Amino acid sequence: MSKAIQLKNGRIIDPSQKRDEIADLWIKDGMIVDHQSIDVKDADIYNLDGRWIVPGLIDMHVHLREPGEEYKETIESGCRAAAAGGFTAVACMPNTKPVNDNSSVTRFICEQAALSSARVYPVGAISQESNGEKLAEYGEMKAAGAVALTDDGRPVIDSRLMRRAMEYASSHELLIMSHAEEVSLSKGGCMHEGEVSTRLGLRGIPAAAESIMVFREIALAELTGARLHISHVSTEQALALIGNAKARGIRVTAETAPHYFTLTELAVLGYNTHAKMNPPLRTEQDRQAIRTALRDGTLDAIATDHAPHSILQKDVEFNMAANGIVGLETSLSLSLALVREGVIDPARLVQLMSCAPAAILGVAGGSLRIGGVADVTVVDPERQFTFFAEKSYSKSRNTPFDGWKLQGKAVMTMLAGRITYQDL
Amino acid sequence: MVELTQQDYQFQHKHIFGIEQLSVADISHIITTARSFREISSRPIKKVPTLRGKTIVNLFFEPSTRTRLSFEIAAKRMSADTFNISASTSSATKGETLIDTARNIQAMNPDVIILRHSSSGAPQLLARYIEASVINAGDGAHEHPSQGLLDMMTVIDHKGHLDGLKIAIIGDIAHSRVALSDIIGFTRMGAHVHVAGPQTFIPAHISLLGATVCSDVRDAVRDADVVMALRIQLERQNDSLIPSLREYSRFFGVSRNLLDLAKEDVIVMHPGPINRGVELNPDVADGGRSVILEQVTNGVAIRMALLYLVLGGNKGNDGQGESR
Repeated sequence: MSKAIQLKNGRIIDPSQKRDEIADLWIKDGMIVDHQSIDVKDADIYNLDGRWIVPGLIDMHVHLREPGEEYKETIESGCRAAAAGGFTAVACMPNTKPVNDNSSVTRFICEQAALSSARVYPVGAISQESNGEKLAEYGEMKAAGAVALTDDGRPVIDSRLMRRAMEYASSHELLIMSHAEEVSLSKGGCMHEGEVSTRLGLRGIPAAAESIMVFREIALAELTGARLHISHVSTEQALALIGNAKARGIRVTAETAPHYFTLTELAVLGYNTHAKMNPPLRTEQDRQAIRTALRDGTLDAIATDHAPHSILQKDVEFNMAANGIVGLETSLSLSLALVREGVIDPARLVQLMSCAPAAILGVAGGSLRIGGVADVTVVDPERQFTFFAEKSYSKSRNTPFDGWKLQGKAVMTMLAGRITYQDL
Repeated sequence: MVELTQQDYQFQHKHIFGIEQLSVADISHIITTARSFREISSRPIKKVPTLRGKTIVNLFFEPSTRTRLSFEIAAKRMSADTFNISASTSSATKGETLIDTARNIQAMNPDVIILRHSSSGAPQLLARYIEASVINAGDGAHEHPSQGLLDMMTVIDHKGHLDGLKIAIIGDIAHSRVALSDIIGFTRMGAHVHVAGPQTFIPAHISLLGATVCSDVRDAVRDADVVMALRIQLERQNDSLIPSLREYSRFFGVSRNLLDLAKEDVIVMHPGPINRGVELNPDVADGGRSVILEQVTNGVAIRMALLYLVLGGNKGNDGQGESR
């Protein structure tokens, strides 16, 4: 029997119970408990003075690079970065080396994650080696721990294969996550196609490359009845399609990443490879549309697309640089800015970063209910700090937010009652 | 003699990445400086000691004969030591080439590196790793500033000014670094740039840079003071950008008939090398309105001026720069 923990005088924000009140949260033996049921005299007490107590944050879109590219990130380092960012769980994409397209890789990831500071939910590949030709073994991967399927970064080109994938995934009750990109249209592009790409002489990726594929995925989800999730939405056009599909009752959910509601194509000026990602940063109009969609429910979740790369991939000519940025340690702060700016309220933030990801992935967490597992994040919405990439827990430094003055952060992260990060 | 645009004007740029970074005063000053250097090239002994002891490296990651030769002649006429490095981007490990090459060259203490590279933004990347000045000799589809400057100089030679002129640029705007430098430069100097070409050659939002887009080439050329045709790269046919050179030439090639729509004293320009019979009809390329060879001559003078200025040449020195 472990000692009890009392999180005292916190503002408990838990949309799963429609709670938003100053109260205490009691934790014992890794579970959230009723204080009347335990001996409260022998407890570790943390007085939170109104700081927020929320269900542990869940990032449903990260790249942990293990196995295969451990010099960029490992499951352990990625999970430490996750804990520091307030996350208690992450879903990791299958584009490792080898690709997570079979149960032995899935099992390896789960075993590596067993002692790490966050829950790791592997997402398996849609096709073998993610090369878009043959279905991977969904049943085997699910039995080994996979929670969803995607060929993230290497979108399935063949519509017939995607149809089969959706049908077969439905048989195993697995979610299909789509990196929606029509690659014949985006080919060779390295940033959003617009004024900035013209000024910089860089080949552009039009918004249509995303919306065309979003439409295909929605049409196939309608055809097959599969459960579809659109990853990292970046454009107003795609949001319109998703909103329309939801209104028609199609089972589709969608996420965006903090950089899409924080930055625009202007961040690329100066050939900043830390502003290069896929989909690319878009226009101010797209950014505003994403903020609106986070509020109105067109978007369900905020996920980081945490994509560690070393300077070998980033300190090079812009068109040759790798896509992606790290995001686990800045996601909450950037999202809290939406609360301060009145775009969303605190409960909606918790919904976007914890409750909805848990529900979409069908995993534990996303709630502070008594009797539930004690995955808990304490947030200080007022804390001001400067984010320095070199002090990151991630093994990679590729972020456009290095040196940014941020407000609000996780000050305690708890995984099944074990404190994985503390900065009270 | 160099005439300073303003008494207190100082050329402040260590690197030349593009016309984008240059003010009206900078452009005027570079062209004025180039004028004073142009005379050197017509002397019997075409050499001044201005940059004696300076080391200038031509680092070319793309094949180039004309631009490299122009920079090399410019440097040699000013007594600098020049070295040419031709590297291939395709054979090297992606990304490592440029920085590793830069560090190696830097260890030999050059004063200026002139860079031609297929990646837009490569000069800025290079400049982060070296002490020397960097002059962009063409980066991807971004800029080719010395070409833009020599084009402006050539137009001023004929028209006396740029303000209010109508400049028609015809051809593959989207894949042309010359077009971008010209559009930015001419627009900044008060000229009105009209671009024409099939829509596959017109980049997104080019009008936001101040250019007027004409779908009919005749609208661009009508009453123009300057008509510039851009080189059509033959491989564009295979990218489904144009169906054939024949069709391109028929609808967008600059012919004598088309030129009749322009002002009587129109000049015809081309950054070279010309595909005769594609973007320019031979009678136009060699006709009396063509100033294409003057562009080449001015190119040497502009490059002399750029080398001189990035090396701090305007500080207490006249343009002839007997020694520094």
